[in-house]
Amino acid sequence: MEKIIDLTLIQLASAYIFVVILLVIVKIKGIAREKEILIGSIRMTLQLILVGYLLSYVFENSNPFYTLFIIAVMEVFAVFNIYKRVKKELSLKLKKVIAFSIVVGTLVGQFYFVLVVLRISPWFEPRYFIPIAGMMIGNSMTGISLGVERLLDGFISKKNLVESALMLGATPQVASRDIVNSSFDAAILPTINSMVGMGIVFLPGMMTGQILSGISPLIAVEYQIAIMLGIVGCVSLTVFVFVQMAYKTFFNKYCQLNI
Amino acid sequence: MFSLKGVKYKDILDINELHIPGEKITCIIGESGSGKTTLLKLLNNMISCDEGIILFKGQSLYDINPIELRRKVIMLNQNPAIFSGTVKDNLLIGLRFAEKSIPDDSKLINVLHQVYLKKRLEEDAEILSGGEKQRLTLARILLMEPEVLLLDEPSSALDQNTEKEVIEQIIKDVKARQAALIMITHSRLLAEKYGDFIIEVKNGQIFLIRERR
Repeated sequence: MEKIIDLTLIQLASAYIFVVILLVIVKIKGIAREKEILIGSIRMTLQLILVGYLLSYVFENSNPFYTLFIIAVMEVFAVFNIYKRVKKELSLKLKKVIAFSIVVGTLVGQFYFVLVVLRISPWFEPRYFIPIAGMMIGNSMTGISLGVERLLDGFISKKNLVESALMLGATPQVASRDIVNSSFDAAILPTINSMVGMGIVFLPGMMTGQILSGISPLIAVEYQIAIMLGIVGCVSLTVFVFVQMAYKTFFNKYCQLNI
Repeated sequence: MFSLKGVKYKDILDINELHIPGEKITCIIGESGSGKTTLLKLLNNMISCDEGIILFKGQSLYDINPIELRRKVIMLNQNPAIFSGTVKDNLLIGLRFAEKSIPDDSKLINVLHQVYLKKRLEEDAEILSGGEKQRLTLARILLMEPEVLLLDEPSSALDQNTEKEVIEQIIKDVKARQAALIMITHSRLLAEKYGDFIIEVKNGQIFLIRERR
């Protein structure tokens, strides 16, 4: 198998010409985005270099505590990223539900995938465990963000309908059924769509990476199929746990709507 | 049937004492913003009072399962809530919410007549006019045959003739079933004509205008 070309510093630097082109365009067009482009490029560079060193250290000194610690950091980052991405104010209860559902959903999905599907040994082998957790958590994070957004929108725009349903003797579960379903739908739709376009519209990142590193496309595809199924399962589980718990935070003990 | 004692809700309502009798027509009048809707919402536990006691048939309202209570004491909102679907879907949704048995179409057509709504069951409910939507929501709760009906300005979108006819039908239905009706109305005339009991809410306080036992 052919070994992947190691980029020299000059080669890598020449790739930054793309950012320079982008900067020139926004400058000419008078779009005030230079600062964000610069910050984005610099952050991307620094974060990736750091991660590169971190991962190579962890891979060489494989240890369950390192693996679990990195997963914990990823989970915390994902939770706060959701809080930040949702543009509306979140109640403390809803924040707890978000944190609980992403942690529980991704961990269950992750362990099933690692222990039952891939059967890696030892289970904490960071070369497998960490990148897979990254994909699971990242996709679940996007899913929940969309779900939260739709759920809040639903309760605000359909307040009258929910309240009327309660007045007619509906349980909170029945009164918010449509909102909950639409939130679940919004949350898993991007994942479903990405399955549909996969392989035709784009080659997914993980598969591309494996192919570039010299692995046969057939093996890369096997992994890609497995991981895609894992992601679908993980996102669905996370979002399901989320919506089942989240709607309850909009009602108090007397089944009154409190928004 | 309802007894309120020392009930306070934010700075909206401050009720010293109020008894609302069963099997009667009670009308609530008062200027907008005086606290009428708040009073109605307290009665079916859509909101909780900050202080005081509310009894329903001698039992504290807050000891009753709120869902069970609302299936007996049904409230109709001021903005008619129309769910997506047909006229039939909208008629039945109340019974579905309350987990009651579903009647056949003849009963549905009957109840549409009761509120003078000349629409077919399979018509799309979202395209009805404001007044038609209001009558559809009235028909919906008549079908549920509740012990107590709480109506918040049930005829605000109706013209005078329709208003009179629809209200009379509702009162007839309530009396025939020996149920109770508690209704907010903007029209003093309507209250004086039909109310056994008339309550005026003024700046969050209650004044008894008429008491016909």
